[in-house]
Amino acid sequence: MPITLKLYAFLSDYLPAEARRSNAVALDVPDETTVAALIASRALPPRLVHLVLLNGQFVPPQERGARTLTAGDVLAIWPPIAGG
Amino acid sequence: MAWTRKILRVNLTQGSCVSEALNMEWAAQYLGQRGLASRYLVSEIDPKVDPLSPENKIIYATGPLTGTMASTGGRYSVVTKGPLTGVIACSNSGGFFGAELKFAGWDMIIVEGKAPTPVYLHIENERAELLPADDLWGTTVWSTEATLKKRHQDPLLRVSSIGRAGENQVLFAAIVNDLHRAAGRSGVGAVMGSKNLKAIAVRGTRGVGNIADAKAFMAAATAGKKVLAENAVTGQGLPTYGTQVLMNVINEMGALPTRNHRDVEFEGARKISAEAMHEKRASDGRAHLVTNQACFGCTIACGRISRIDETHFSVETKPEYWGANGGLEYEAAWALGSANGVDDLEALQFANLLCNEDGMDPISFGATVGAVMELYDLGILSKEEIGLEAPFGSAEALCRLAEMTARGEGFGKILGQGSKRVCAKYGKPELSMTVKGQEFPAYDGRALQGMGLAYATSNRGACHLRGYMVSSEVFGIPVKTDPRETAGKPEMLKAFQDATAVVDSSGLCVFTTFAWTMNDIQPQIQAACEGEWSQESLLQMGERIWNLERDFNLAAGITGKDDTLPPRLLNEPCKTGGSKGMVAEIGKMLPEYYSLRGWTPDGVPTAATRSRLGL
Repeated sequence: MPITLKLYAFLSDYLPAEARRSNAVALDVPDETTVAALIASRALPPRLVHLVLLNGQFVPPQERGARTLTAGDVLAIWPPIAGG
Repeated sequence: MAWTRKILRVNLTQGSCVSEALNMEWAAQYLGQRGLASRYLVSEIDPKVDPLSPENKIIYATGPLTGTMASTGGRYSVVTKGPLTGVIACSNSGGFFGAELKFAGWDMIIVEGKAPTPVYLHIENERAELLPADDLWGTTVWSTEATLKKRHQDPLLRVSSIGRAGENQVLFAAIVNDLHRAAGRSGVGAVMGSKNLKAIAVRGTRGVGNIADAKAFMAAATAGKKVLAENAVTGQGLPTYGTQVLMNVINEMGALPTRNHRDVEFEGARKISAEAMHEKRASDGRAHLVTNQACFGCTIACGRISRIDETHFSVETKPEYWGANGGLEYEAAWALGSANGVDDLEALQFANLLCNEDGMDPISFGATVGAVMELYDLGILSKEEIGLEAPFGSAEALCRLAEMTARGEGFGKILGQGSKRVCAKYGKPELSMTVKGQEFPAYDGRALQGMGLAYATSNRGACHLRGYMVSSEVFGIPVKTDPRETAGKPEMLKAFQDATAVVDSSGLCVFTTFAWTMNDIQPQIQAACEGEWSQESLLQMGERIWNLERDFNLAAGITGKDDTLPPRLLNEPCKTGGSKGMVAEIGKMLPEYYSLRGWTPDGVPTAATRSRLGL
């Protein structure tokens, strides 16, 4: 099942080198993969997994274990950030 | 006491500079900077005064923590009646000027009248004098600062000045200090220009030695710095990526206003983001970003210093722009980029440099360019009228319009009146993306419901820094709320607005609140200042300031009907992304907001509210 994973800011380092200029990598994941399972499979440090958006909408930490991905989804993740 | 207890009153008509005592009764009620300067302004001018007339006054005010060892304690505010909005203007700047003013022994400068010919104010500790600025008039901020440092043989002179935009009374002209820090919004630079006041140059050697309890203050300030250093946002995220880290976040949420708010996602966002600023360019192998930079006393250091690509069309024949210089910050990058559909990072940096060099607010300038490009797209404005082709996405048009506006050339004179007046002039007032005449910053009020309410109710027109609901709706600070929800937002916004007024009156930077709460801020104020400053009294002071500003604005002529958003945000749903289908639901929130504020259903503070707050 094709999905897109986007990692930004300090998390860019966890992308393949060729993907860092787009901050995005196309992945083929098993059906029923959850948000939490995908995050775990990329070995992302938990302290850097803060803002998780699935198709532009926030997924709270308590829902990431149950929320399954579907084909074409875009999962974007940031460490703690702010600005203004 | 952290106040110097001294005000410098400058009458430009008479050419006088007089020292007077700070009203300590007001200081106890309004602390300093934004609050205290607003108290002076409302007591000294007619709210209906023409902002660009000699009868308006302009106040430069420090806070009690300005110039101290508190982290970020270098802020000052410029308070006046704003020409862009017709309501109170309060623009806050960092850099080093504010601390230097304090070191010279002044809490505040109140400028009144109008000089017959251009002048600048030179302050060296207690000595203040008005000096001729005929040779500076018509020059840029950068040139003015260099000239004054040379003239006074003092490289440590701190200068706050206007460029040609302020002289030409561009309605979004800024006041710039330390080359690229600015009291940016609401056109405070135009007020300075209307008074023939080119610059304030200050040198102070007195320091700040009058802290109420120095030992307790150092302990509180040190504890505060530890909190900032250990926080992931203020200790790592902001120093490394700056505010620009938001570009991709806000875009992914479908909250990035694009092409004058026609769209909420920008296909070129990645190219103008913080991540892009870190990457090496193909042209010269250098990254756009050179380093981060801190203002006075700041231990966050979010500022960006960048180097433009020397081969870029905007500067290839202009080596004066090739050095490392200020920018890009998120709001500027959005306004100069996404708002116009321009995805050329170097073009944005060039336009930003021009805004710094000649003193313009890049938010209002960029957003007004967005309106112009929409009018051009609709065939209402022609190439002949503008003097160039101006389709969405044109980096060339952006750069040229920045030059024309800063210098008052051709169509630039019209653009310099801001989006509201430009759109009205061409018969399309509904295309102006403004509240109370001021252009939106970089978050769509449809995608972030609380931010929409913040824009509608801000006392200085559309603004993100009066109640930064993004903090909760996006970052989860202090708690995560759903940006799509309206429930609970009025109460949270009121709390944000009141707390922000406290920070803006203290001398501290509001960015500390990404890590600090009142538990960190209150001990620093309490230790520095005489009197009792409980959290409760501070937050009530914030509420007092908010209502003081509101009363001034009502007397200036606004009503509750002005607490709204443009019809595009109320009626045209977001087209794509995570916010698809959403509109700003102000009507669901405003009555509750008024009620929480103790205002009538028409948005007027009740007598009971005024009495409770001592107004």
